[in-house]
Amino acid sequence: MARSPKKAEAAPITNIYEGSIPTARLKDKVTYRHVLAALVDNEAGVLARVIGLFSGRGYNIESLTVSEVDRDQHLSRVNLVTSGTRQVVEQIKAQLNRLVPIHIVRDLTDDGPSVARELALVKVVGTGEKRVEALRIGDIFRANVVDSTTQSFVFEVVGNTEKVDAFIDLMKPLGLVEVSRTGVAAIARGAAAIEG
Amino acid sequence: MAAEAIVPRPPAADSGESAAPEPMLGAQIVLKALEEQGVEVLFGYPGGAVLPIYDELFKQNSIRHILVRHEQGAVHAAEGYARSTGKVGCVLVTSGPGATNAVTGLTDALMDSIPIVCLTGQVPTHLIGNDAFQEADTVGITRPCTKHNYLVRDVDQLARVMHEAFYIARSGRPGPVVVDLPKDVAMALGQYVTAPRGIQRQQHKTYRPQLKPQPSAVEAAVTLMANAKRPLFYTGGGVINAGPRAVAALRELVRLTGFPITSTLMGLGSYPAEDSQWLGMVGMHGLYEANLAMHDCDVMINIGARFDDRVTGNLNYFSPGSKKIHVDIDASSLNKNVIVDVGVIGDAGIVLEEMLALWKARGYRADQQALKGWWRNIAQWRARDCLRYDQRGKIIKPQYAIQRLYELTKHRETYITTEVGQHQMWAAQFYRFEEPNRWMTSGGLGTMGYGLPAAIGAQIAHPDGLVVDIAGEASILMNIQELSTAVQHRLPVKVFIINNQYMGMVRQWQELLHGGRYSESYTDALPDFVKLAEAFGCVGLRVSDPAKVDETIEEMIAVKRPVVVDVVVDQKENCYPMIPSGKAHNEMLLGPDDGGDKPIEGEGLALV
Ligand SMILES: Cc1ncc(C[n+]2csc(CCOP(=O)(O)OP(=O)(O)O)c2C)c(N)n1
Repeated sequence: MARSPKKAEAAPITNIYEGSIPTARLKDKVTYRHVLAALVDNEAGVLARVIGLFSGRGYNIESLTVSEVDRDQHLSRVNLVTSGTRQVVEQIKAQLNRLVPIHIVRDLTDDGPSVARELALVKVVGTGEKRVEALRIGDIFRANVVDSTTQSFVFEVVGNTEKVDAFIDLMKPLGLVEVSRTGVAAIARGAAAIEG
Repeated sequence: MAAEAIVPRPPAADSGESAAPEPMLGAQIVLKALEEQGVEVLFGYPGGAVLPIYDELFKQNSIRHILVRHEQGAVHAAEGYARSTGKVGCVLVTSGPGATNAVTGLTDALMDSIPIVCLTGQVPTHLIGNDAFQEADTVGITRPCTKHNYLVRDVDQLARVMHEAFYIARSGRPGPVVVDLPKDVAMALGQYVTAPRGIQRQQHKTYRPQLKPQPSAVEAAVTLMANAKRPLFYTGGGVINAGPRAVAALRELVRLTGFPITSTLMGLGSYPAEDSQWLGMVGMHGLYEANLAMHDCDVMINIGARFDDRVTGNLNYFSPGSKKIHVDIDASSLNKNVIVDVGVIGDAGIVLEEMLALWKARGYRADQQALKGWWRNIAQWRARDCLRYDQRGKIIKPQYAIQRLYELTKHRETYITTEVGQHQMWAAQFYRFEEPNRWMTSGGLGTMGYGLPAAIGAQIAHPDGLVVDIAGEASILMNIQELSTAVQHRLPVKVFIINNQYMGMVRQWQELLHGGRYSESYTDALPDFVKLAEAFGCVGLRVSDPAKVDETIEEMIAVKRPVVVDVVVDQKENCYPMIPSGKAHNEMLLGPDDGGDKPIEGEGLALV
């Protein structure tokens, strides 16, 4: 499992485009999980370019979401969760930046605190004791029941990936039959915004 | 323009200054955009989906169309044209098989960063996705082998896309761009818009490569250089792509610092080979002195090269003691293969000029004592004379043929292209380039069949130049049909076949890695190249006697028509020096007697 990056590092975090990522950090062989966000032109094929880049170069995608965020300017936002060594993650960012329809790439893991959320719809089938237990756990996770029959519930759970994972794990012995997840949407904390 | 006559005119509006220009056919927009972009030559091959464009071509005189014999040839020809002029090469092919045939050329251009705009026909928009006749998902197929590509569905976007395609192809790190044009779009009426000019041109919405480096990065680089004891310039195709300004600045900086310089296969010619600071090519078949200098240097200054595996050998042992500076216009080249100490992003010309200015302003001078010692080391490596070969007896050594070609053509305006294999490496070793844009070879992709069409492209750009494709007998058969193109367009290209009857490079690897089992690397039933040349309407010459090599080359030069020279050479000669795969620079083999006791094993066996 990928470790999350160390927070406060002595060296100032600079962008590779200034050519000044300390060599020692690039040589670090530890794999970190990074959440990246990109603003892209919402045009045909742009998602294929991103996915093709990852598959063609053997990068790892844990989660990828795309949706239009600015209708007037035809801008979509890609949220991407990947993991790799520092060198690989820097490569990924540089390669993404090279794609013509990409306006900007941000590393939400590197560039200060951020929030990441995903939503899952979780179908649990069961009766009696298990059904009650499922409801109880749903409550603890503040999951909404968005559909129910006498034998089943569909829970809607929102949170970071770890929380959603934990909820799903707990539901497994309680009759979990199907999961649908949105993938991660992420955004930096504070007033600053990414602009295309 | 004559073409305008056929535009169905809209009812005459009372014209004012502000009246929109008359709409024109998509096909006319294409030609007008090409003209505005300064395109003089289009390499292409017609077919159903591009007939409207060919019809417009027929009606005009400003753009010359070169009919090739295979679409792969069209792209390589455009590459030769681009690489020998610094302009964008332009290609026009039909849908389906026309587009798929172009794929190898596009990939080649991507790997070697050659600016190409390739227009492909497409089935009409309403048929896209229906498996129509000659439909291929061209943007899907070419997405990974182009810098960018477009499918134009709206004729009013066509002019903008065309201009943008040229901008993308030539800006930043150059590369191939495909514009896929459905037939109905080529036949629809739309508005032409002119190309953005001046500052606007650089203001593309998203694609704005960084040309000017960070001053701090330049400063860090120059400081490292000034403190170097064993420095080395390592330059690549990026310097040539950056143009004459970069080449001039490089030459000045190298002379001013007194540092030695080596270059990749793609960078040959950016620094004059006759100069004493030139060490020759680096890499797998590079010169001993260049590779040893790479291994032992303490400051490496990489300008526009990409630490390709052909250059670095085993990365674990690559130049272990050096601080590395990397100048590249493509940020993704930095720290991709080799982690560097100073990365400088920018145009090679601008960066080199800024380095020069800073070096001068600070009055830097490298440690002369140390530099002297470094040059002494280099002199010892040079004394090994790694390119030595023996031309004895009645059989022509391939090296000898290329060396004679060099001696007899070096005072002319000569352009050399190659195919891929041993002959390519010998050409890189023995043909010495004084100027950029004179050397066209398939470096990144290693495409057999590149040389002849590339020669055609170079010859079109330089009608008075001497253009020679140094070929292997196996490679030349991959695009031999282009002889017909040369004849049709009266292009006096020369094909200089180093004929060893083997896929020599394959055979060499089989000797090194597979116990000399020559599985399928001997070409039986080769054609008679002299007769083949004649059948195409070229002149065919053959030479097998070393004493006749010179006169044959003289004759080849004298004939003002396409010539094929079949040089019958020693079948067993191998290309040295060589860094076997998986080995380090200082484990180079200098000749056949060097390798016997060190069989390649383990990791190296699986590398290419
Ligand atoms: C299109 C293509 N197919 C296969 C290869 C693999 N390959 C590299 S060199 C070579 C042999 C080339 O033989 P020849 O043209 O006779 O040149 P020589 O090595 O004998 O000088 C082959 C098959 C290649 N580079 N390109």
